[in-house]
Amino acid sequence: MRPKVSLRSLAAMFAGALCLAAAADPADRLPDPAQEARARAIFADVRCLVCQNESIDDSEADLAADLRHVVREQVKAGRSDAQIKHFLTDRYGEFVLMTPAFSWMNLALWGGPFAVVVLGAGLLVSRLRNRSGEAELSPEEAQRVRALSQTDGA
Amino acid sequence: MMIAEIGSFALVLGLAFAIAQAGLSAAARIRRSTVLAAAGEGAALASFAGVAIAFACLIYAFVTSDFSVANVAANSHTEKPMLYKVAGAWGSHEGSILLWCFILTGYGAAAATLGRGLPQGLKASMVAVQGTLGSVFLAYTVFASNPLLRILKPPVEGNSLNPLLQAPALAIHPPFLYSGYVGMSVVFSLAVAALIEGRVDAAWARWVRPWALAAWSFLSVGITLGAFWAYYELGWGGWWFWDPVENASFMPWLMATALLHSAIVTEKRGALAGWSLFLALGAFTFSMLGAFLVRSGVLTSVHAFAVDPKRGVLLLIILGVTSGSAFTLFAWRAPKLAPGGVFAPVSRESALVLNNILLAAATATVLLGTLFPLIREAVTGEAISVGPPYFNLTFAPLMATLAIILPAGPLLAWKRGDLSGVGQRLWVAALLALGAGLATYALVSPRKALGAAGVAIGAWLVAGAVVELIERTRAFRVPAADSWRRLTGLPRGAWGMTLAHLGLGVFVLGACFELGWKAEAAEALPIGGAVDVAGYHLVLESVGPVDGPNFDAERAILRVTRDGKPVCVGEPNRRFYPAGNQTVSGIALCYRGASHLYMVLGEKRMTTAGTPVWLIRAYWNPWATLIFLGPVLMALGGLTSLSDRKMRLGVAQRQREQPA
Repeated sequence: MRPKVSLRSLAAMFAGALCLAAAADPADRLPDPAQEARARAIFADVRCLVCQNESIDDSEADLAADLRHVVREQVKAGRSDAQIKHFLTDRYGEFVLMTPAFSWMNLALWGGPFAVVVLGAGLLVSRLRNRSGEAELSPEEAQRVRALSQTDGA
Repeated sequence: MMIAEIGSFALVLGLAFAIAQAGLSAAARIRRSTVLAAAGEGAALASFAGVAIAFACLIYAFVTSDFSVANVAANSHTEKPMLYKVAGAWGSHEGSILLWCFILTGYGAAAATLGRGLPQGLKASMVAVQGTLGSVFLAYTVFASNPLLRILKPPVEGNSLNPLLQAPALAIHPPFLYSGYVGMSVVFSLAVAALIEGRVDAAWARWVRPWALAAWSFLSVGITLGAFWAYYELGWGGWWFWDPVENASFMPWLMATALLHSAIVTEKRGALAGWSLFLALGAFTFSMLGAFLVRSGVLTSVHAFAVDPKRGVLLLIILGVTSGSAFTLFAWRAPKLAPGGVFAPVSRESALVLNNILLAAATATVLLGTLFPLIREAVTGEAISVGPPYFNLTFAPLMATLAIILPAGPLLAWKRGDLSGVGQRLWVAALLALGAGLATYALVSPRKALGAAGVAIGAWLVAGAVVELIERTRAFRVPAADSWRRLTGLPRGAWGMTLAHLGLGVFVLGACFELGWKAEAAEALPIGGAVDVAGYHLVLESVGPVDGPNFDAERAILRVTRDGKPVCVGEPNRRFYPAGNQTVSGIALCYRGASHLYMVLGEKRMTTAGTPVWLIRAYWNPWATLIFLGPVLMALGGLTSLSDRKMRLGVAQRQREQPA
């Protein structure tokens, strides 16, 4: 869906461009502060598609300005956050949202860190279990065991 | 002038000596020859000397604006201030790789000279591995990325360095960052050497520790400088964006932090040897991955400079071969390592293991967040974005858990700890933390539960570090003079830990307070117009031109008052660099205690009435200084610990020879 090559070259154009938190521009602001705050919260989660990893809240690119306009209009029209985000993903794909979806495709992404914690905790518990029954060796004994195992290994 | 040719020649000599270093040291290990080992160490020094000459030549070419050198023509300009002429030497891909090699061979030479106490075999293996790393990276530099090549028709003027990079924080950021990244190479070499020798014990952990500490401290400073640059130079008011380039530097830091803690267990109790080895290999692997990610352009980032996809493949091959063979060796040898000492569920060992589990999970979070979009796109063809919200939901809870258990760790005894005893000592800290959190919740408006919880955690860390110090000095239980004697007699290592933990607390306080309560205002102001943010009243007094050394700028004078009383004058500017045809904002900071009033001058517009207005943005960043102070304290802690007597290389060996 995403025309990758042309976007890359576009992205290069924007690299290092002056980046202002463009969304704060008073000329575009919605009159209702509550609605404006809602729009700003949505901006932070919408990627500026042609920029280098910036949200439309940060980017000065024309496309970001267009997307901000679209979002503000929809907020003004009374559509919910979910509806607006749905509208954006229908048009631009999942790529447009900064928060990855909780989907099976993203299971590794969301579950990975959790799996590391579970695995680590499992290893710790198994180690504590295996050893709890054993009597501890005195330092001298440990030394002798180590010496023996080394001569074995050599 | 022949300077560039001398540099190229020295670089090739450096490569030759690195190959000799690897070969001689490997032969020394196989034949157990001290003569060959000394020759290998000599080659390590010679290799460093060669690369140092090459690097000096590159800097000389930049300082003298020798545009017949392609790299200088592409990255420098006669009108650039001297600091940025010098910094331009590492502002490009080629230059930064040469800096990498300079530091790599420097560490190699240091390891060869300082590691006198190491057993012969281990040391020869380490020098050989370090030489192999040097050969690989120097070969890459000589054959694919030589910054000293000439061009046939030198231009009259250079292309200049990206103006965003012309900032003091960023000029010194790469040397610190690379000293951190590449410092992990010694740790890596020691780990591979230990795997070759088949022996990992307390002494090994003690030898690894100073290198890991030095690299970790440099990396901490490097990352902080980068964050400060983003804060100061990008003009967004933010300091961390969970950007791939930031993540790339953060992963080795997390790994090194885990290693510093697991190596303590290996040193004191002989346990976790395999895991410490794994982390030692992982830290440098992530450093190389970081260099690859940043330099290859596979990831889009707000601050990836000097990108070259073709050479990215070569860097990926280097990464794959070096780390791949090291981890294969690990998989083969590690299962044979001795499991080490026994410990109870409640013990300092368990606390440190928990620390490592959480840090490993945090590293996994950052790794997945950085690489998963690439994997998903390669597999399914669908692109996704992983932005800050993902990290807020995964990384933040993991770190919060780590912070909550942290103060208990140093108070627990080895082998079998006493949880109720720890509770008795920490209840004051817990009460203070709870009080700080509740007070924040009640007094700071608007009310934010999450921000208040963050402040409570920060206060808990700070109070925990203080309690630990009180515990060590037995303050309030023995006479003050006694406590003082204990305090001054504390080993530097203990001070280092306290400082580092305190620094983390300071950082958490700053980060949570800033994220929770930062305020923003933006208005298009005519001369005399005003904007308010967080109780501060900013009046645009004038806007005028300024001439810079290599830019033209427009500067605004903003008079700041609070309740009618003058506070400060902010002078944000907007600079235009003709050499690169770029505009960059120069922000103004007004310090209010630990908080910042952050002012940015935006573009000039005309109203319909024909009067000019300027877009002025102002942020109130409460406690923002703590965000940068915290990591500096952590790095100072690392260096303090490094200066501990027992850290001196070879001390472990001498102690081993004379059993007490």
